[in-house]
Amino acid sequence: MKQFLTFVKKEFFHVFRDNKTLLMLFGIPIVQITLFGFALTNEIKNTEIVVCDYAKDAASKRIINALEASKNFEVTKANLNHHQIETSFKTGKIKLAIVFPNNFNKELLHLKKAQLQIIADASDPNTATTLTNYVSNIVMNYQLELIQNNPIPYQITPEVRMLYNPELKGATNFVPGVMALVLMLVCVLMTSVSIVREKEKGTMEVLLVSPFNPFLVIISKAVPYFVLSLVNLTIILLLSVFLLDMPFNGSIILLFTVSSLFIITSLSLGLMISNITNSEQSAMLISLMGMLIPTLLLAGFMFPIENMPKPLQFFSNIIPAKWYYIIVKSIMIKGLGFSSIIKETLILIAMTIFLLLVSLKKFKIRLE
Amino acid sequence: MSDVILNNICKTYNKGIVLAVDDVSFSVGKGELFGLIGPDGAGKTSIFRILTTLLLADSGSASVNGYDVVNDYKKIRQHVGYMPGKFSLYQDLTVEENLKFFATVFNTTIEANYELIKEIYIQIEPFKKRRAGKLSGGMKQKLALCCALIHRPTVLFLDEPTTGVDTVSRKEFWDMLKRLKQEGITILVSTPYMDEATLCERIALMQDGKIMSIDTPKNITKQYAEILYAIKASNMSHLLSDLRLNKLIRSCNAFGEYHHITFNDDLKNSKSELLNYLKSKNYISIEIKQVAPTIEDCFIKLMNK
Repeated sequence: MKQFLTFVKKEFFHVFRDNKTLLMLFGIPIVQITLFGFALTNEIKNTEIVVCDYAKDAASKRIINALEASKNFEVTKANLNHHQIETSFKTGKIKLAIVFPNNFNKELLHLKKAQLQIIADASDPNTATTLTNYVSNIVMNYQLELIQNNPIPYQITPEVRMLYNPELKGATNFVPGVMALVLMLVCVLMTSVSIVREKEKGTMEVLLVSPFNPFLVIISKAVPYFVLSLVNLTIILLLSVFLLDMPFNGSIILLFTVSSLFIITSLSLGLMISNITNSEQSAMLISLMGMLIPTLLLAGFMFPIENMPKPLQFFSNIIPAKWYYIIVKSIMIKGLGFSSIIKETLILIAMTIFLLLVSLKKFKIRLE
Repeated sequence: MSDVILNNICKTYNKGIVLAVDDVSFSVGKGELFGLIGPDGAGKTSIFRILTTLLLADSGSASVNGYDVVNDYKKIRQHVGYMPGKFSLYQDLTVEENLKFFATVFNTTIEANYELIKEIYIQIEPFKKRRAGKLSGGMKQKLALCCALIHRPTVLFLDEPTTGVDTVSRKEFWDMLKRLKQEGITILVSTPYMDEATLCERIALMQDGKIMSIDTPKNITKQYAEILYAIKASNMSHLLSDLRLNKLIRSCNAFGEYHHITFNDDLKNSKSELLNYLKSKNYISIEIKQVAPTIEDCFIKLMNK
C-alpha cells in the first residue's frame, strides 16, 4: 500500500512539473467550453439587418419596434432601393433586409391582406432560414394582436412547448458533449502517453526489474488522471452553469458517480492503447485520430445519430462517449434519476470490464 | 557455487534476421566482479536483459541466484539490481525523490541500507534537491548506482555504466565497484572500454554475439604469443600505411601515440631491417620498443582470427 501511494505521489510530481501536461489538462476544457459557448453556437445574435420602411404607418412601426427589441437583430433604418440593398448584401454589411411597401397598414386594414418583403443572404442557408423564422415570428405575433381586436370565428393556434430547453439555448446541447470530449481526451490521451513515456525513456525497464507488480504500476498511473478529471469536470460544470446559464436539474451526486464510471472507462481505453504502442507519437496519434474524432463526430452532439447511415449508427454504439452523452443529458437537463439511465450505465460498465481484461491480457511483463 | 549461469543462450531480433547472442555459455561465481567486454552491437545488452528477465532467449537456459530466468522471474526481480545502459531514472524528480521512490518500490527505506550506498551518496548529497535531469553524466551514474543498490541486491547488473562519463568519474566508479565486491555482491558489468577490463576479476571478450575468450585479464594477455612492439615516428598516419605494406609486419594497429606491431618472424634482424626501411622512407625520430600486450591487443587479435 505504501508502495502504491509513493507511486501515485510520483505521478502527481510528473503532472505538476510538466507545463505542457498542465496546459493540456486545464487549458483544453476551459478553451473548449468558451469556444463552444460563445463562438460555435448555432444561436444567432446581433445580426445586422436593414429595414426599408416606405409605409411609415402604425403597423410598420409596431413591427419595427418589435424587431428592434429583439436580441437577435441590430436594426438600421434606411430607405434603400433594390440596387442599394444588393450592394449592402455583397459588401457583407447585412444578412437580411425587410421592405415595407407604401400603404402597408391601409392594405392590411382594408384588404385584410398586406405584403412585406424579406430578403435574406442564403449563401449560408441555415442562418438565412433561422433569421427569416425569427422575423416571421415577430410578424405573426403582431398579427395575433390584431386578431384579438377583431375576432374571427375559426382559428387554430398551435401551442408549442420546447421541453427542457424552452429558450432553445445551444449550451444545453453542447455542454454534455464537451464534458464527454474533455474527459475522453484527458483520460485516454494522458494515460496512454504517460505510460508509453516510461517505456520510451527507459524507466519501465528499471521498474520491471523490481518486485513491484507491473499491473499496479499502471493502475497507479491512472489515479492522478482520475482525480484531475474530476477537477476538470467540476470546472466545466461551474463554467457552464455560471457563465453559460446551463440548467442543472438532476442530482449532482448521480452525475459525479456516472462521470467517475465514464472516466474509468476512458482510463481503461488509455491503458489498452499504451499496451499496444511503443512511442509517445503513436500513442498520441491513436488517441487523437482513433478516439477523439469518432467521439466528436459519432457521439451525437455534433450531428444527430438518427440522420446517419445505418452502418455508422451501428458503429456509434461502440463509442463510450455516446452513452455518456445520453446519461449527462438525462441527468442535467431532464433531471431524471438513476432508473432511467440503467441501460447506458450497464453498457459503460461492460465496456470498462472488457477493456480492462484486454489490457490485463496484453500487458507485457517483459520488454518484448 | 555460481550466482549467474548461462547455457547455450541464443537470441535473435526481427524474427530471426538479426542474430544478437550466438550460443553463449558462461557462469559467474558468488562475489565475483565479472566483465563483458566488447564493442557496440556485440550482444552485451541482450545478455543483460535476458539475465534480468526483461527478454526471453530463443533457446538455451539461464539462472540467477539459482532461479530460472523464465519461470522464476518474479524471484529474480526481487533480488537483483539493474542499471541499464541508458540513464533510466526520472529526470523530473530530484535526486532525493528518485532514491526514495526506488527504495519504496523495493520495499525498503534509504535508512535501512544507507551504509551500503553511503560513500557514493555522500558525493551527490549536496545536489539532493536538484532534478536528476540536470545532473552531469558522472553524477547521474552515481545516482543510478545508488538506486540500483538501495535494496542490497545479491547480484548487480551494470550495463555500460561508464559510457559517456569523464575519466575521473570512471576511475571513481570502478573504485566503488571494488568496495561493493567486498560487501559480497556479485557484479556483472559490461563496457566497450578495453582499459577497464583489467579492473575485473574475470572477463569475457565478445564480438558479434559470440564470446571469443573467457578468463582472467592476466591469463588472456598471457595467451598473446607474439612479441609486441610499440613504434613511433614523425609522421604517424603515413607510418601506419607504410608499416601495413611492409612484408616484415604481421599486424599493425594504431594505439594512442604509438602503433603496435608484431613481426612475421620474431628474429632480431626483423627489427633492424624495419628501422632501415623506415629510414629509407625519410622518417625521423623513430622510436621502437617492446611492450606487454594489453587486452585491446588481444581483442584485436582474436577479432581478426
